[in-house]
Amino acid sequence: MIRFEDVSVTYDGAAAPTVTGVDFEVPEGELVLLVGPSGVGKSTVLGAVSGLVPHFTGGTLRGRVTVAGRDTRTHKPRELADVVGTVGQDPLSHFVTDTVEEELAYGMESLGLAPDVMRRRVEETLDLLGLADLRDRPIATLSGGQRQRVAIGSVLTPHPRVLVLDEPTSALDPAAAEEVLAVLQRLVHDLGTTVLMAEHRLERVVQYADRVALLPAPGAPPLLGTPAEVMAVSPVFPPVVGLGRLADWAPLPLTVRDARRRAGALRDRLSTVVPDEAPGAQDGPPGASGTAPSPPPAGPPAPVRRPGFLRRRRALPRPAAPAPGAPAALAGSLTVRRGRVEALRRVDLTVARGETVALMGRNGAGKSTLLGTLVGLVAPTAGTVRAGGADPHRTAPRDLVRRVGLVPQEPRDLLYADTVAAECAAADEDAGAAPGTCRALVTGLLPGVDDDTHPRDLSEGQRLALALAVVLTARPPLLLLDEPTRGLDYAAKSRLVAVLRALAAEGHAIVLATHDVELAAELAHRVVILADGEVVADGPTAEVVVASPSFAPQVTKVLAPQRWLTVAQVRRALEDERAGEPHV
Amino acid sequence: MARRRSGAGEPPATPGPTRTPRRTVHPGAWWLWALGCGTAASRTTNPLLLGLLVAVAGYVVATHRTDAPWARSYAAFVRLALAVLTVRLLFAVLLGSPIPGTHTLLTLPEVPLPDWAQGVRLGGRVTAEGVLFALYDGLKLATLLICVGAANALANPARLLKSLPGALYEAGVAVVVAMTFAPHLVADVRRLRAARRLRGRPDRGLRGLAQVALPVLEGALERSVALAAAMDARGYGRTAAVAPAVRRTTAALTLGGLLGVCAGTYGVLTAEGGAFGLPVLLAGLAAALAGLWLGGRRSPRTRYRPDVWDLRAWLVAGSGIAVAALMAAYAALDPAALHPGVVPLTAPGLPLWPAAAVLLGLLPAFAVPQPLRNPPLKEPA
Repeated sequence: MIRFEDVSVTYDGAAAPTVTGVDFEVPEGELVLLVGPSGVGKSTVLGAVSGLVPHFTGGTLRGRVTVAGRDTRTHKPRELADVVGTVGQDPLSHFVTDTVEEELAYGMESLGLAPDVMRRRVEETLDLLGLADLRDRPIATLSGGQRQRVAIGSVLTPHPRVLVLDEPTSALDPAAAEEVLAVLQRLVHDLGTTVLMAEHRLERVVQYADRVALLPAPGAPPLLGTPAEVMAVSPVFPPVVGLGRLADWAPLPLTVRDARRRAGALRDRLSTVVPDEAPGAQDGPPGASGTAPSPPPAGPPAPVRRPGFLRRRRALPRPAAPAPGAPAALAGSLTVRRGRVEALRRVDLTVARGETVALMGRNGAGKSTLLGTLVGLVAPTAGTVRAGGADPHRTAPRDLVRRVGLVPQEPRDLLYADTVAAECAAADEDAGAAPGTCRALVTGLLPGVDDDTHPRDLSEGQRLALALAVVLTARPPLLLLDEPTRGLDYAAKSRLVAVLRALAAEGHAIVLATHDVELAAELAHRVVILADGEVVADGPTAEVVVASPSFAPQVTKVLAPQRWLTVAQVRRALEDERAGEPHV
Repeated sequence: MARRRSGAGEPPATPGPTRTPRRTVHPGAWWLWALGCGTAASRTTNPLLLGLLVAVAGYVVATHRTDAPWARSYAAFVRLALAVLTVRLLFAVLLGSPIPGTHTLLTLPEVPLPDWAQGVRLGGRVTAEGVLFALYDGLKLATLLICVGAANALANPARLLKSLPGALYEAGVAVVVAMTFAPHLVADVRRLRAARRLRGRPDRGLRGLAQVALPVLEGALERSVALAAAMDARGYGRTAAVAPAVRRTTAALTLGGLLGVCAGTYGVLTAEGGAFGLPVLLAGLAAALAGLWLGGRRSPRTRYRPDVWDLRAWLVAGSGIAVAALMAAYAALDPAALHPGVVPLTAPGLPLWPAAAVLLGLLPAFAVPQPLRNPPLKEPA
């Protein structure tokens, strides 16, 4: 159905081709997953299918791409619109009209389908994607998951034979991602649609793929195979595969179910070991538990000790002794109303110094609003909020940056200057820090970035690191991050985890809003789950996460009822066992 | 957010092309109704009648507007109307008024102006008559603006453009995209000013706005390129094969028609060309319309559920036209009642028949079913 014949793409002004030697075929009715680290040209390969590369992006495409027998060289994107449906990374930039029903019809109108056919297909698609209740809603009022489904629906109505999706689940909460993937599976199984899709969150998608195409490095030709074959060699892999590699399972399990069936022996081996606390939390957050704004005890020992805590001290840096007294952040009966909507309802939250808290919950549950109130962007309607000992919305910005820092969902919003050096100089000045402070932080977070680089030319992960450095220049004791792993590959994510863990160990309090359960499992001492603006769960990561089917990381699901959270935890336990270290 | 799961157990919606009546009225009908009310407003300076018109328009908007983003523009129009009224009054107070008045409200210090500025006055006596005249005049303009705002709130601009002939469709889409652009820009400015605060810079003031201008424009440009790519990939701008003869005829008809319209208009407006003016104008119009119709054949587009001009649309449009026509007729009959004098100062009376005519404008409030309100929606953060 899709055929790449020795394709290479060179963008204008680029020294080397972005992708080379792409030569494979996607047969009809298959779901092929395109994986690889950031910046290897996944989006370029996807764009070549719809003809947007090179007709729209410019550059030179060598070789030949044919879709349903049509050569993209001679057919413009609009002439392929009846066979290829494309949804890009950001569904909002995809919408042409303003209501759901009109959007579903738009593509068919362009193709000139008969009115009764259009009407029938719109109704079918509304049912297929569960959008019937939303048909008259303006698109601007939909949540992230709903938007993604509308975007997929809008390219489905012309009945394309090929669907091309760029990161369809990255911005979605776990439940919404499952909705979208269930729809895709139905299309592939019931309608024989061919799907080519790129995605970073492999733990969500890899089990749905018939085959996987791996782009291992920039400019390297892709590797094609069954998911199990490719995952065995891939530099990016989901935790369940990591566990499988660790335990030498062959063939590699791709789903939690497969892994559970093989995990009996591993569970037995681990049954005598009690998991250490979530990594980075081994030393226990000082004075942190529950929502009650009780005065934290003066430093360690932590009030709640688990058996695992006593077992062994890790060679990680210990948190600096926390200042007795005020917690880093405090919200009491916090209510925020926006128009008729109550975005937050009587939220209580205390974050101690040195503690890392993950805020989780659906799209639109109020996570970003809570972060906004902590940094003074949103004024509370009722209740109190304190960050770094100040009322955030009443504090002058210049003073506030030294108390609390937020890295927003789109790190680019924080960056104004033309070069990294100018950005750093501005950050030093804004924060009143010694010249060179920010640059030193950038060098630590992002070795090898040139002073003259334009922030726009940085990759997603590099931009995040730069924004983080800018925020850290003022050394705020409270650090907030909104969806930090959106668009990051596993390598960038693990670098971020290491950085944040070191910051927590230095005594920074960190609050991150995230959909990424694996990140929360790696990093957070505590997980707070929000739903409809209310706190519905608050407790140590292991407890909250184990109890929830949608927020449990894969390792937890595989090894339940034992309480393991990450592959790293299991690896350390196994290494210790081999070393014959005695357990207390 | 109530997320609806796409799962089994939900009753399937009406399958197939059943003809469920839409709860909406043709947007053109709303515009005719609003323009009718506006025309009526332009025929009178009677504050009671104008107030009645504002109340009628406000009532219909309150009962029939949806939660859609374009419906929120009504509040903006009301604010604009108030601003216009205020500015008009301010000018009357500061610059004086040509209305001769005897009731002095207050005397401002007069600024002496040089000779060449003769006839312009700055400060001086402020009379009740002058202020009242300005109030009536400003109220007329404000009512007109509120009527236009009502049309904006009730009729979806995108659906109005759908009713354009096929040849103009692509231009129409460009306009719609441009209109959705403005709200995006406002959202961007807000987000970036918030980000300034995160950097420890003041988020208010002109300088703050200037510094976010470049990133905002950059973002807008990127978004439009992404949208253009998405539209292209969804078949925007596909053309059907048309015989060269048809293409040439289209061009000839359109160009010739436009020339005819120009020449005809000139003829109608000048004294010499009275004889040939009207026929040429009509012929030109016909040719241009034929050209548009023929041009539509190049575009293979079809329309999904176009708005039909049904009985309700007739009622809505008719009520607006009736209000305008009755008011115009009464203006010819009894101009004094519609333009209450300010010299000498008198309280304006409410003429019965025009008031009854204005109340006809309430017809849409009862003839059109109210839209279904959505539950509270997600506000963009």
